[in-house]
Amino acid sequence: MLSAESLAKIDREVAKYPADQKRSATMSALRIAQQEKGWLATETIEFVANYLGIPPVAAYEVATFYNMYDLKPVGKHKLTVCTNLPCALSGGYDAADYLKQKLGIDFGETSADGRFTLVEGECMGACGDAPVMLLNNHSMCSFMTREAIDKKLAELE
Amino acid sequence: MAVFANGILFEGVDTSDPNCWKIEAYQARGGYQALKKILTEGISQDDVIAELKTSSLRGRGGAGFPTGLKWSFMPRSFPGDKYVVCNTDEGEPGTFKDRDILRFNPHALIEGMIIAGYAMGAARGYNYIHGEIFAEYERFEEALDEARRAGFLGQNILGSTFSYELFAHHGYGAYICGEETALLESLEGKKGQPRFKPPFPASFGLYGKPTTINNTETFASVPYIITQGGQKFLELGKPNNGGTKLFSVSGHVNRPGNYEIPLGTPFAELLEMAGGMRGGKKLKAVIPGGSSAPVLPGDIMMQCTMDYDSIAKAGSMLGSGAVIVMNEDVCMVRALERLAYFYHEESCGQCTPCREGTGWLYRVIHRILNGEGRPEDLELLDSVGNNMAGRTICALADAAVFPVRSFTKHFRHEFEHLIEHKTPLVNHKWC
Repeated sequence: MLSAESLAKIDREVAKYPADQKRSATMSALRIAQQEKGWLATETIEFVANYLGIPPVAAYEVATFYNMYDLKPVGKHKLTVCTNLPCALSGGYDAADYLKQKLGIDFGETSADGRFTLVEGECMGACGDAPVMLLNNHSMCSFMTREAIDKKLAELE
Repeated sequence: MAVFANGILFEGVDTSDPNCWKIEAYQARGGYQALKKILTEGISQDDVIAELKTSSLRGRGGAGFPTGLKWSFMPRSFPGDKYVVCNTDEGEPGTFKDRDILRFNPHALIEGMIIAGYAMGAARGYNYIHGEIFAEYERFEEALDEARRAGFLGQNILGSTFSYELFAHHGYGAYICGEETALLESLEGKKGQPRFKPPFPASFGLYGKPTTINNTETFASVPYIITQGGQKFLELGKPNNGGTKLFSVSGHVNRPGNYEIPLGTPFAELLEMAGGMRGGKKLKAVIPGGSSAPVLPGDIMMQCTMDYDSIAKAGSMLGSGAVIVMNEDVCMVRALERLAYFYHEESCGQCTPCREGTGWLYRVIHRILNGEGRPEDLELLDSVGNNMAGRTICALADAAVFPVRSFTKHFRHEFEHLIEHKTPLVNHKWC
């Protein structure tokens, strides 16, 4: 269900916690599974739960509580734009509007070619770089002016 | 982004050097000397805590609780598992200081957490890192590996009887996990929903064991206090407000960024350091301590100094030191609507007053903004707020209510104008 490489990564996470507290690795195990699969299908979540020896509902509860887990398929590139107050004061809404126009999609939608999903995000803790955009959950893109957005999207072609 | 260092956390750190975060660079700056001093000179747990009390270091995460006192609550001489936990779940809108500590000086945090483990008799620590700053999480993991290889973590550190392990744990998108008991739940692999207090984490924390949770900046300040002395740290700031502090300045300034300055520095000086107002516009309002802190009008702010006591006296709080600056073009109803949406989105849903109340606040402000406000709406906001604040397990409800109360107090005329005339008083421009 998951590759040997992903399982080895999960094992490294499990080793961080006391032997009787494997459940603590749920968040990172789900993250690792999502990185391999692109999103978290119910059977992926169940697999992770069984691998950690916890009830499936315990893993499902985590997957549904934290908003960086994707419970539906997303585009090849997921773009999360922050529009919270500090980003808004430095062009967060302009960045969001420009992306919507350029990609032809609204927040929560995926482009017809399956390449981009656009998401409205909450504070990412990088307000000094405002406006910011998170690419595929893990890569912070700073100072997202229209020019910077053009450049970033060109890199992702 | 600018990092202006005039304090202890970034002193001597060349942030333009891609290797400034590495252990060699940290040691060249005098890093790990505090840990060596404690272990080779045999400084006692009580003496470490006493030094912290002298320093008047107060928790940098927002509450400002005296750190030495907090550490003294741990049953340090009793046997059994105890934990040290760092809160790097930095998601309070406006706050971005801890990210820079992980980026540029992670070993100061590691050394501070090792000393904390020593002082509180804990053998294990975790740093819980905001999921959105994943690159910094990975860097912190690398820094931990460096510290292990150098013998600062693991069994019998520097040949002493003290052993300590430290690990990183990442969040994955939930503001509530910045609340310390929600963070513990999340660290246990559960939904991040806050716990009832008492019992407090010092007696029932991670896995039900005694635990102390501090903010990143708090831990990272500890090595300086040990090597230079608590008195020297205290003198960097002002009485009851020891040390220097990181201020994250965002919004309508020319140079947003982190500014490490002595507590007690006038706000006007901080604004000047941040390059002044963008486009030479007039200062209208400042949220001095992160989005949950009450907003203050610009003219009141210009009379304040940046420390816990001065900001509290002015009717707000220093919080995490996140300074959000707004100019004259901001419609305060619109700014508040965005914040209200945030709290509604991030309420964990455990307590009814917060789950329902944050939605009420958002919807009422939203309709006022859209010219559909009713004459009784300001009273309604008050009433909803009164039914939320202090009536829930954690402080998120209060954090949602503070901005509503302060915006409608200081900028009431903008709300009244919108309700009466259906159009905003200010021709709003975000930037």
